[in-house]
Amino acid sequence: MMIRKGVKKVRGLSLQVIPYSEISGLGIAERVKKILNLILSNKIVILQGRLRAEEEARLIEDTMALVDHVRAFKGIELAVIEPDLRKSNVLTKMRHNLARRLVGDSNCLTVIGPAAFIKEIKKDPKKLELWLG
Amino acid sequence: MIGVIKRISQKIFRTIFRRRDNLKIGFYGPPNAGKTSLANRLCKDWTGEEIGTVSNIPHETRNVQVKEKVKIEHNGKNLTFKIVDTPGIATKIDYENFLSFGLKRKEAKKRAKEATQGVIEAIKWLDDMDAVIVVLDSSENPYSQVNITILGNLVARKIPVLIVANKIDLKRSDVKKVSAAFPEYEVVGISVKEGTNMDDFYESLFKLAKKA
Repeated sequence: MMIRKGVKKVRGLSLQVIPYSEISGLGIAERVKKILNLILSNKIVILQGRLRAEEEARLIEDTMALVDHVRAFKGIELAVIEPDLRKSNVLTKMRHNLARRLVGDSNCLTVIGPAAFIKEIKKDPKKLELWLG
Repeated sequence: MIGVIKRISQKIFRTIFRRRDNLKIGFYGPPNAGKTSLANRLCKDWTGEEIGTVSNIPHETRNVQVKEKVKIEHNGKNLTFKIVDTPGIATKIDYENFLSFGLKRKEAKKRAKEATQGVIEAIKWLDDMDAVIVVLDSSENPYSQVNITILGNLVARKIPVLIVANKIDLKRSDVKKVSAAFPEYEVVGISVKEGTNMDDFYESLFKLAKKA
């Protein structure tokens, strides 16, 4: 791989995919702890599904507490990509709602990474772009 | 489970004992969207005093600031409420970013530390709100996860929401994009700086207070 002059090489970064089944049985504190432990070891987490709103809030709270206490930890970048159902017909929406009730939001993908490595996650409704820096 | 029961009982308690002239309206949003500028404008116009300082350096508001009994009269209607201006919610805070604004290292570190605590405080206050104005910068991408998380938490708590798309005076401002991102909410575009569209804002504010 060729690295252009002046482009900073990102070292020690890996991706970890967490299937929905791995977190479905965990409580809010355990889920957030599991994610933050991976982030602290410089991993980008790709989570099948999404956290509930209160879990996302808890993730932000715990992240801020860590920024305050862990040297060189600057926080996280977080984005969720999910199917856009706004223009779908009623039947499709019902199917998605039923699936969500049965197996949670497993048709979404959540990307969470350390802010020290991910400069920005650009999101429009249909795609995510990770800007590493 | 305990949290859910606590929230429901708080909601019932608030509904029974809340006086209509004592609504708590929170100002939430990401840093530098103009929450304190909007709160200041309301406070200055209707009480004569500002609520806090504003700055172009992010995280200027690092504590929750409250202004009691703000009484607004608009088109023959009256509304008295409490303004709760909260620190901007962010997922990352890097003290080095403050250095580029001319802050000294020690000062920047102190600001970052206070900012992290401010974010935690802002989230904790969510449970106490009767209604919330989410202030967004209309020149920024609205699909940020922070915006979605704030709105998701308000929906989960059944708190009525008004989205204010601020900074419509900027060239890159795109209120339609904000509306498209959050079609289930009322969005009003304003410029606090230039006082544009404040009449529409007041109309929406009265509607919001009715839902609370």
